[in-house]
Amino acid sequence: MGKLEAKIPQGPLSEKWTNYKAHQNLVNPANKRRLDIIVVGTGLAGAAAAASFGELGFNVKAFGIHDSPRRAHSIAAQGGINAAKNYPNDGDSVFRLFYDTIKGGDYRAREANVYRLAEVSNDIIDQCVAQGVPFAREYGGLLDNRSFGGAQVSRTFYARGQTGQQLLLGAYSALSKEIGKGSVKMYTRRDLLDVVIVDGRARGVIMRNLITGAIERHAAHAVVLATGGYGNVFFLSTNAMASNGSAIWKAYKKGAFFGNPSFTQIHPTCIPVHGDYQSKLTLMSESLRNDGRIWVPKFAEDAEKIRKGQMKPTELNEDRRDYYLERRYPAFGNLVPRDVASRAAKERCDAGFGVGTTGLAVYLDFADAIQRLGKHVIEARYGNLFQMYEKIVDENPYETPMMIYPAVHYTMGGLWVDYELQTTIPGLFAAGEANFSDHGANRLGASALMQGLSDGYFVLPYTIQNYLADQIRVPAFKTDLPEFEKAEKEVNDTIARLLSINGKNTVDSYHRKLGLIMWDYVGMARNKEGLMKAIGMIQELRDDFWNNVKVPGRNEQVNPELEKALRVADFIELGELMARDALSREESCGGHFREEYQTPEGEALRDDVNYTYVAAWEHKGEKAEPALHKEPLVFEFIEVKQRNYK
Amino acid sequence: MDLTLKIWRQASAEEKGKFVNYQVQNISHDASFLEMLDILNESLVTKGDDPVAFDHDCREGICGACSLYINGRPHGPDRGITTCQMHMRNFQDGETIVIEPWRARPFPVIKDLMVDRSAFDAIIQAGGYVSVRTGGVPDANAIPIKKRDADLAMDAAACIGCGACVAACKNASAMLFVSAKVSQFALLPQGRVEAQERVQKMVAKMDELGFGNCTNTYACEAECPKEISVANIARMNREFLAARIAAPKE
Repeated sequence: MGKLEAKIPQGPLSEKWTNYKAHQNLVNPANKRRLDIIVVGTGLAGAAAAASFGELGFNVKAFGIHDSPRRAHSIAAQGGINAAKNYPNDGDSVFRLFYDTIKGGDYRAREANVYRLAEVSNDIIDQCVAQGVPFAREYGGLLDNRSFGGAQVSRTFYARGQTGQQLLLGAYSALSKEIGKGSVKMYTRRDLLDVVIVDGRARGVIMRNLITGAIERHAAHAVVLATGGYGNVFFLSTNAMASNGSAIWKAYKKGAFFGNPSFTQIHPTCIPVHGDYQSKLTLMSESLRNDGRIWVPKFAEDAEKIRKGQMKPTELNEDRRDYYLERRYPAFGNLVPRDVASRAAKERCDAGFGVGTTGLAVYLDFADAIQRLGKHVIEARYGNLFQMYEKIVDENPYETPMMIYPAVHYTMGGLWVDYELQTTIPGLFAAGEANFSDHGANRLGASALMQGLSDGYFVLPYTIQNYLADQIRVPAFKTDLPEFEKAEKEVNDTIARLLSINGKNTVDSYHRKLGLIMWDYVGMARNKEGLMKAIGMIQELRDDFWNNVKVPGRNEQVNPELEKALRVADFIELGELMARDALSREESCGGHFREEYQTPEGEALRDDVNYTYVAAWEHKGEKAEPALHKEPLVFEFIEVKQRNYK
Repeated sequence: MDLTLKIWRQASAEEKGKFVNYQVQNISHDASFLEMLDILNESLVTKGDDPVAFDHDCREGICGACSLYINGRPHGPDRGITTCQMHMRNFQDGETIVIEPWRARPFPVIKDLMVDRSAFDAIIQAGGYVSVRTGGVPDANAIPIKKRDADLAMDAAACIGCGACVAACKNASAMLFVSAKVSQFALLPQGRVEAQERVQKMVAKMDELGFGNCTNTYACEAECPKEISVANIARMNREFLAARIAAPKE
């Protein structure tokens, strides 16, 4: 099943998308009414896609896990969204945004996809403004920009520290408009438990109603998964509690290849871990690095005094501080990309210069910025973030530096998709964080919102028509086909099995254990020995889970423990695939840092000769080893270089 | 710290609910309120009891899922934050904490502390949007917007749709929620075009769904985790009146 054909259009880079659109197949309005599309997930990518499909005239069924599409985790994105508008006249262009994104991803993304992303970035800003998204403006009434990591231009549009919220609410309003018109039927509080394949094509889904426990069958001519990332494999992450990888994992087990599963983004500026009861980690937006300076004490004895509470950071003179990012990377300073900043923080803490009670924290200091700009300016820019920090840590960041430490934030990996965002299963598409497509081995800040909306508003509404154009003679599907029967039975069996184990350990206890294994061995620094150990430990954990987990209650009720159990069962398997992928990639690139492969200065050392490919994994059956397929990455339009931010 | 929790338990919308007391021990001051409930639930599950159901997700105060009525106040004693952002340092050792769901007729209880807030979505679906299609829109900088108006629109748009305003109001009025959305669009030229139709449709839907009227107690503003101003209600009233006067008689 499924050959790795990326379907990249011919022609010069800047004409590929235009050529594609000019020559693709379309579906006429009368036929659109006869075609059904299922969209799973209603965050930025899913809501934008569902709304746009509805406007085009398709019959859309949209599904979300929350009580309302407005609560998808896209809402938590803080800092902003990139676009190549070049409004500040500081030298930006579509090519530069494309180039920065490819370079930021450490040359492990597909040129044509990333160029298209940069190309439609400007349309996204236009679209959102037209929807009434209140982006920040200057006194002249025009849009304001700020800078983000990995770029030397200011191309990030923002709405205070709540850009994700405002963009999601924009997409939600577009979706609501279509729901109101009846072109989209919205199903809230639903979990996807399987993808149904009929004659080799994705034709439907099995859903669980999270209120009644009812197992439902839904059929369609095409299925779009926009279910987000799987960072919660690590238990502690900046992802929301319900964010999970089950939908894409079910698709993988039904034959969709999984692209670069080990590519995980560890975000440098998160509030450090504070106790073993902690349920999640909180991000402090990357935009803070515009004005905050990152440092640790220059001398280990000062760091020790601070850890013991015998000294305050504000007591340390400038000459006793080490602004290590500015020292190591003078060209980008505090605005180096996330993977670089995270590794540098870990390096300092491992060397004994970390602060906080655990020693696993560095300072993000606004004293200079407050002196330069005034407290009111800092408050206007980051007020809500400072308030959030104060509520969690109980310290005032206007008076004492913030403490931050890297945390799992985003997964660049996801379902392998071609240029049309179609997986290796015909009729099954993946959008947003759920696919692997645009960020290579490291995502730049303010690019997730861009990709989600690009996929949803401007890519899928075209490419899905190219698929559906030859489906117009296929009548609407019935859900009494044997394939649906079988999928539903398997789902029911899994639920019954989980409920009958009645062991001693809670679901969360397994999730925590999995998270620790992942963080220790498949986290910021990886090595062969550790990864092999992790695979063994995860397999043991999996057996333990299926013998000793305790899931109380029944299926036919609100049962959050059952929901978690179904997700954790998938996370355990997905964790193993991540470790396998990390083990097979014997190089360092972006967020994937193999300790065996680094430069003398401790920078990631790529192996372009052997690893310039997308790793696409194929499921080969329960407990069987998955097969690795390689999609070679060909760079025709840019020169592949050692990434340099010095 | 050790605490007594008096929690509303209700198996479903149809069944009668009641308060049940629970004890939790050794809770850290630095734990969040929801982490404290996680600890309770972990112990209930271990004992084979039914854990307390409550809505929550982002735990950063932005998704609007969490919705607890704590000691008689939506989102608890601290101002300007959601339940998930509240930490146990706001409580005393030995305290009894009363935890209830939102109580309002348009928000029926689903289970325990979970309520159905789909009425808010229905109000948005009635007109809480700008009717533009994907694509074919003007350049983002084609229409300059006064910074002051953009800022006021953003103040209103910060609403997270949690429903605390309705829960706080003795009339279960949704005026703060609806007016925030009406204001956001009314303040921006993009939303101005259909402002009159929008306010009428949204208010009609709000009334139809059984939300009460506004009697200007401002409890909504006081309890709003995003501190949305009641000035938005005044703006909506003005928009509504103007629209009614301007509307052609049917």
